[in-house]
Amino acid sequence: MSRATLLVLADGRFPAGGHAHSGGAEAAVRAGRINDAADLAAFCRGRLHTVGLTSAALAASAALGNDPVELDAAADARTPSPALRAAARRLGRQMMRAARATWPHPLLDALAARFPRGTHQPVVLGSAARAAGLGAEDAAYCVAYETISGPATAAVRLLSLDPFQATAVLARLAPETDAVAARAAAAARDGVDALPAASAPLLEITAEEHAAWPVRLFAS
Amino acid sequence: MSIDATARIVADRTGLPVLAGDGPIALRRTRAHGPGHRVTVVGAMSAPLGGDRLAIEAEVLDGAHLTVDSAAATIALPGHGAEHATYCITLDVGEDAELHWLPDQLVAARGSDLRMRTRVRLAPGARLVLREEQILGRYGEEPGTLTARLTVHRAGRPLLDTELACGPGAPGGWDGPAVLAGHRAVGQLLVVDPVYEDRPPEPRLLGPTAALTPLAGPAALVTALARDALTLRRVLDRARQDVLGGLHGAHSPGRP
Repeated sequence: MSRATLLVLADGRFPAGGHAHSGGAEAAVRAGRINDAADLAAFCRGRLHTVGLTSAALAASAALGNDPVELDAAADARTPSPALRAAARRLGRQMMRAARATWPHPLLDALAARFPRGTHQPVVLGSAARAAGLGAEDAAYCVAYETISGPATAAVRLLSLDPFQATAVLARLAPETDAVAARAAAAARDGVDALPAASAPLLEITAEEHAAWPVRLFAS
Repeated sequence: MSIDATARIVADRTGLPVLAGDGPIALRRTRAHGPGHRVTVVGAMSAPLGGDRLAIEAEVLDGAHLTVDSAAATIALPGHGAEHATYCITLDVGEDAELHWLPDQLVAARGSDLRMRTRVRLAPGARLVLREEQILGRYGEEPGTLTARLTVHRAGRPLLDTELACGPGAPGGWDGPAVLAGHRAVGQLLVVDPVYEDRPPEPRLLGPTAALTPLAGPAALVTALARDALTLRRVLDRARQDVLGGLHGAHSPGRP
């Protein structure tokens, strides 16, 4: 694998629309559950070990070349909130546009044709990783890191949190992010039904509330 | 001495051809409030303890109706060794069959370590009402470690797959602002009905920490967090009345 290619895919500036989503941080800030860097760390840690692990494993499985139709159904079953399913498909469409322009590949053309309205973002990211010549663990890393970097960036805007502190949160979570990416990549080798299903009940509930707000800074 | 026990229930249109308790899991046939058969799970002792491997398998054959409830909450307790306990529930529901799986709470007492696994397989025309409630610790007590995964397949396709891990042995952040945020009671109510194919339920909030959501298949899921078992049960009971009331309207012919 090419380490530079991994940096391109993992870059927060990769034009796949992720910056418009807070990963539940906006709802948590409004509910008073994130007030400072310590709360942000607890939020990111919980997200990493739940939806982070589950999404990273879906991406790793797609990177291994498993059937995207099965993975799409598995992702739906792991996402009870319709607001989060819609957000994942929207992000999937945006990731697909960026990935096809960046790493043209018949695999991505076939995936786009099979899901004209988009599939879940981790499935697209995993397929993009495969198209770019990256492996399952690379895909798992991208998703696991993005699971925490999204809310950390959002918290800087939502709380006027010191960006140095937000980045320090991410750095302190690095060993756990390593562990989650490794676990996700290992689990992806056991077949689609055996993929992790770790979930965060509060993120599912508050996503529905957030989607109904008339005015919001982030899409999810 | 740890226990290895599997209780079995089979319901058909006419009766309960299999009703076999095992070890600490006793099964009683009880009077049904609605159509079909009712079975009450009677825990003959506090279980599961660390190291125990308990299982219940229930099969509702085509056209049969079964309700399963329990006489009391199940309390996971620490065992003598370091090994965790397992509790596996396997439910199969056939064509035009209906299962109401309504056990009482599972309480993860301090020092306990339980992996709970619920697998449900539904025929395309099956109906299901399933409630799960997890209480983190007895009153005022630190919780034990609990991992509970619920996997539902309908017509061979995944419909719902969620896992909650909490307690001192769970990965970090479970008690934080993304997962439980200090709540000590968490529950789900799943209602699957083919009627939802054409008329999926509308998503709605049922309070600040509870929501009803339509799944990608014909099903409604209520996810709720509460400070204690009683508050959680109130939310889920109200939701069950609401959801089943709406379904009853949809099943009655001649209604819009």
